[in-house]
Amino acid sequence: MTAHVSNLGDVTLAVVPPVARFNLRIAPGDLKAASKAFGLDLPAKVGQGAHEGDRSAWCLGPDEWLLHAPEAEQGTIVDAFAAIREKVAHSLVVISDREVAYGLSGPRATELLTTGCPIDLGRIKVGNAKRTVFDYAQVVLIRDAEDEWRLEVWRSFAPHVEALLTTAQRELASGL
Amino acid sequence: MLLINCPYCDDTLPELEFAYAGEAHIARPADPSKLSDEEWRDFLFIRTNVKGVHAERWRHINGCGRFFNALRDTVSDQFVTTYKAGEPRPEPKTLEAAE
Repeated sequence: MTAHVSNLGDVTLAVVPPVARFNLRIAPGDLKAASKAFGLDLPAKVGQGAHEGDRSAWCLGPDEWLLHAPEAEQGTIVDAFAAIREKVAHSLVVISDREVAYGLSGPRATELLTTGCPIDLGRIKVGNAKRTVFDYAQVVLIRDAEDEWRLEVWRSFAPHVEALLTTAQRELASGL
Repeated sequence: MLLINCPYCDDTLPELEFAYAGEAHIARPADPSKLSDEEWRDFLFIRTNVKGVHAERWRHINGCGRFFNALRDTVSDQFVTTYKAGEPRPEPKTLEAAE
């Protein structure tokens, strides 16, 4: 996969630099222990996000969270959760390399996403995220700003999603 | 496109995020080896195939990942309500009161 940035028309599409990603499954009752281990109060409601410094967390399901941290801290976080495993049952899976993230920004970034996403994107608030589909490929959409999105998709689906995104980008730029 | 309310996300989302998972409220027999062949067949294959309001399982597979139950009218394809897995099927009376 070649990392690149394409700036065309009103949308900039870029492959976002890698981060440490984790998928956390834990009973909502044990959320405090997980928040302490990760060093950030994890959001309790599906869709909500929480951010502090360079760490972020989004609640994807009633007992599922997506965690982001700098790549260098991956080992530290794994160790922190391993330390509480004995008392607090949970599953922490490192998925850093499973996903490719695309950054979309620009005044028509949201419009570009509507070419593949069936959901009402206006209902995702800034800072929140949602797992949904982009042309049948499962993706996590993270809204960083009003017209700034990150789209995380499984590596194997990435060529398909990227091709669609670039096509839509060209269509928007050409005025279609 | 159908819009389905996920009771776990507390949000109404397009059908594309969901997967159908058969009739709801069919409990697996505790001890299958004690069942006759006919009873086992009925458990595996015989469904109500109702014309009207049908209780069925759905999974929010491209969202929160949870299974939940829904009441859907098989004639009009309209969702009457959705409720969390494990909850009893809502009675028509309580549904009317909620409206």
